[in-house]
Amino acid sequence: MSKPFLLGELMAWIRARGYSGRTLVTAVPYLWLLLFFLAPFLIVLKISVSEMQLAMPPYQPLVTWISDGVVALRISFENYAFLLKDSLYWKSYLNSITTAAISTVACLLIGYPMAYGIARSAPAWRNLLLLLVMLPFWTSFLLRVYAWIGILKNNGVINNLLMALGIIDEPIVMLQTNFAMYIGIVYSYLPFMVLPLYTAVEKLDNSLLEAAADLGCRPVKAFFLITVPLTKAGIIAGCMLVFIPAVGEFVIPALLGGPDALMIGRVLWEEFFNNRDWPVASAVAIAMLLLLVVPIMIYQRSQGQQLGGHP
Amino acid sequence: MNGSRSRFVTTMMIAGFLFLYLPIVLMIVFSFNESRLVTVWGGFSTKWYGELFRNQQILGAAWLSFKIAAMNATGATVLGTLAGLALTRFGRFRGRPLLTGLATAPLVMPEVITGLSLLLLFVAMEQAIGWPAGRGITTITIAHMTFSMAYVTVVVQSRLATLDESLEEAAMDLGARPAKVFFLITLPIILPAILAGWLLAFTLSWDDLVITSFVTGPGSSTLPVVIFSKVRLGVSPDINALATILVLFVAIFTTIFGLYMIRQQKRRDLDVQRAVAANE
Repeated sequence: MSKPFLLGELMAWIRARGYSGRTLVTAVPYLWLLLFFLAPFLIVLKISVSEMQLAMPPYQPLVTWISDGVVALRISFENYAFLLKDSLYWKSYLNSITTAAISTVACLLIGYPMAYGIARSAPAWRNLLLLLVMLPFWTSFLLRVYAWIGILKNNGVINNLLMALGIIDEPIVMLQTNFAMYIGIVYSYLPFMVLPLYTAVEKLDNSLLEAAADLGCRPVKAFFLITVPLTKAGIIAGCMLVFIPAVGEFVIPALLGGPDALMIGRVLWEEFFNNRDWPVASAVAIAMLLLLVVPIMIYQRSQGQQLGGHP
Repeated sequence: MNGSRSRFVTTMMIAGFLFLYLPIVLMIVFSFNESRLVTVWGGFSTKWYGELFRNQQILGAAWLSFKIAAMNATGATVLGTLAGLALTRFGRFRGRPLLTGLATAPLVMPEVITGLSLLLLFVAMEQAIGWPAGRGITTITIAHMTFSMAYVTVVVQSRLATLDESLEEAAMDLGARPAKVFFLITLPIILPAILAGWLLAFTLSWDDLVITSFVTGPGSSTLPVVIFSKVRLGVSPDINALATILVLFVAIFTTIFGLYMIRQQKRRDLDVQRAVAANE
């Protein structure tokens, strides 16, 4: 039990120098996030307006000292102009948004009945089922995506089964298609949809549904008039938790999608690792961030409502 | 909420669980396949496990990943707990909205953006102050701590938000200083949440491919980086064996942790019952 008192002394020492313990508790994570989360974005912004050069690091400095007191500032919007000109970027932006949106809807359609079913299970079962939803999340994401390669490829499980049953004569090409990519995204992000939905459904007051039923409301109508509006916070949180990371997804399109599966995360990756064009990669990142600002703010508002803490 | 499930909901729920688990089950089954053709059954064999344990590259990468994950989890837990404490217990303070934003944004930020921005920061810092020199374990750990502390913050914050503050206030009224109140009262109560946060941070780091790929340097390939380069070349049976071992580990660990949580819950319920009985 020596530690608390030792720390107490430390706190006393800090207080004696005019700082409160509270300041310290707040300052440590605050400074960390400012340095390693906020500052990097400013650097990305800076590099996105600089020019590429063949050196390490592969971008030119914005500010150069020419001679005594003379400073040259070079800002180039060429990288952004390049993004606008080349249809590859436009297409991959649109493709990322539609892919993420369709995957989100699919996750919602599969995840809602699951969350609802778990919330309506006997209490003893509930924890076990929740654990089963979370378990895949704790195992390697990469390996779960990899598992689908064995299932979807030409001599994979599905094709072998269908051919053995005599339903098809030659394998259906599923791997490296958009279909495989959707399966991969929905499969990987489903737990993120189910958990917030479960939290929302579990809080739902059952007597409201009973009252509706007593007044002659059919279950389907009651679901859309009562259950859906009251679980709105869960729906929003779940959708954002799937949509935002799915827009920037790289691993799933790279492993399951075809070569034409243009996702913005993949474009950024290739711009950086294959073309070594850091300024363009930075411009892609800034453009992606602008696209996601609104969804991220919606998510943070819904989070703020759930984790109110102090007023 | 409790009540009956309709047949539709039950069917959909079972289908959902099958969707989540069939791929994992198939991967386990085929890890015991004699044939090199991963998905054609050629008889039972454990030879891929033998092959896996002779693969120095995978073993080395696994050890590196383990070290980074453990360091990351410890650092992220300290930072995340402090942030959670600040956000739930300190009321309004200047800069609170920004801290809230900064603490939750890494949860949803696409990994390619986080990875790229951190790499550019590390390069700029190296140019400006010479630290971190080159990229490797240090930069990977810093990058992992930055995104996984957000998860710890959320877990700790939601536990603190549901925790009755009267205990802490009572201790404070009796003259205990804030640090003492934290270590003697708050910390023991939120310990399960802190442990859960540590495990979560460990898993996130252990699992991360994208951010690591950006901030890693030559010679420090973590397990996901090695797996990814192998998987890109096609399916290979020893990866199935590796996946099976990982799934087994997680299943055992989660079961133990789940049982521990249930016991904690039962003990709390019992304490509450006793307290109620004593008051009557």
